[in-house]
Amino acid sequence: MAYEVILLTTMAIMVLFALSLNVITGFCGQVSLGHAAFYGIGAYVGAMLTKAGWPLLIALLPAAGIAGLIGFFVGLMSLRVRHDFLAITTMGIAFLFVGFVRKQEWLGGEIGISGIPAFGFGRIGLLVVALACAGLFAAVTVYLKRSWMGFGFDSIADDEDTARILGIDVPRFKLWAFVIGTAGAGVAGALYAHHVRYIGPDSFGFVESVTVLAMVIIGGIGSVWAVALAAAVLSVLPLWFQFIDDYKLLIYGLLVFAVMRFSPNGIAGALQSFRRRLR
Amino acid sequence: MLLSVSDVTVQFGGVTAVADLSLQVDRGELIGIIGPNGAGKTTLMRVISGLVRPTSGSILLNGQDVTGWTIDRRVRSGLALAQQIVKPLATFTLAENVALACGSRRMGSPWQAMTTVDRNAELQRGRELLELVGIAAAADDYPSAVPLGYLKCLELARALALEPELILLDEPLAGLNQAEAAQMADRIASLVTESRSIILIEHNLREVIRICPKLFVQDQGRYLDFGATEEVMANPKVRAAYLGEGAI
Repeated sequence: MAYEVILLTTMAIMVLFALSLNVITGFCGQVSLGHAAFYGIGAYVGAMLTKAGWPLLIALLPAAGIAGLIGFFVGLMSLRVRHDFLAITTMGIAFLFVGFVRKQEWLGGEIGISGIPAFGFGRIGLLVVALACAGLFAAVTVYLKRSWMGFGFDSIADDEDTARILGIDVPRFKLWAFVIGTAGAGVAGALYAHHVRYIGPDSFGFVESVTVLAMVIIGGIGSVWAVALAAAVLSVLPLWFQFIDDYKLLIYGLLVFAVMRFSPNGIAGALQSFRRRLR
Repeated sequence: MLLSVSDVTVQFGGVTAVADLSLQVDRGELIGIIGPNGAGKTTLMRVISGLVRPTSGSILLNGQDVTGWTIDRRVRSGLALAQQIVKPLATFTLAENVALACGSRRMGSPWQAMTTVDRNAELQRGRELLELVGIAAAADDYPSAVPLGYLKCLELARALALEPELILLDEPLAGLNQAEAAQMADRIASLVTESRSIILIEHNLREVIRICPKLFVQDQGRYLDFGATEEVMANPKVRAAYLGEGAI
């Protein structure tokens, strides 16, 4: 039972993390290769606060807020770059975060933070919180997609120059996508810190950014349910089949390659074209 | 005065694309901007719309200095642009392309956009505008499935959807055959109202002369003439710019 609870909690946290990137990359079309930095910011903020005596449920708010605030500034700096240049800029954020944390003694430096307090309501309580956060964020993103903001995001992802000509304030919409997405990653990070109860700089490196991007791509950029499904399955595969863990990146890489070759819109796109063929 | 362009100069590196141009547009006017290739017409249009910042000079829209404004802000203040190279949103149907423009005013604030879900009114209005420009049958098609003539009409419908006071049309007749061009030109002329003006850049001189009461002529980035169409076309300098010095 305890093992299943751990698996499900991991799954819920990764779903939340992938959905948060889906807002930035999937909805708004802004490639981010540094999303793990915001996951890390949330993890460090959450861990520091609960170690200082804050309850986790309260600590989730500053974790989201600080990650979202830094996401706002990163978004602000990224407004002038697009496509490949944006990817490289955000990649730099991931390296900057890890490099910064390594040198900060008060954040545990290279060693990281251990002894993070367990959630007061036990492992099952943490699972419930993780599921609630993932479910709530999924509901928010479904709503966003249906709202005029989602309509605006779609137009920016399609062609931001045309979106501007249609009167859309592209920079402000992009910033909102960054803030919502990075705040979501912050919550996921704080939950992760209390799930594993030890965090270090390497937990939030470039590989984690690429892994979560792979989940979004495999699921189908922009689709909430498909990204959630891909994140759920891919996050627990290495735990179900231990041998996968050694080759995790290789397998993710092959899956991304297969998706790009055979179904560029991911699982969602493949199912959509399958349904069209059935009609 | 709806639009006032004063002493605008645009330089790209060492090249002067537009030199010291001024243009005034009143409400309810249809003005054609003509000139040979390389005259700087599109650059002037891009300066007015906000896609290009002038090196010097100013742009006033409804008496407000909009020189430093971005294009989306100008659009929300009553300006619309239909570009020479059609740029539909490829993942949107034609009706959705127009509906997005219909709702653009509520997109000025992301918070307002976030708290509004219903799109039915805008989609309905989008279909009406597509009908107005004659392509209602393709409302549910994607841009990749319709011919260039339809996309030109879509640009026009999207511009109208913004409920603008001033529409900038950059070569809307390019790529159309003679019959389509005449039909489109008539449609453009019918869109001018007491409160709405149009600036038309066009190489199809025949249609421009037919529908525009006033012409503004540029050559090599410089002002050549401005006035009633007949007078402008009778100006030897204008004829020389188009046909060469030897032709007059």
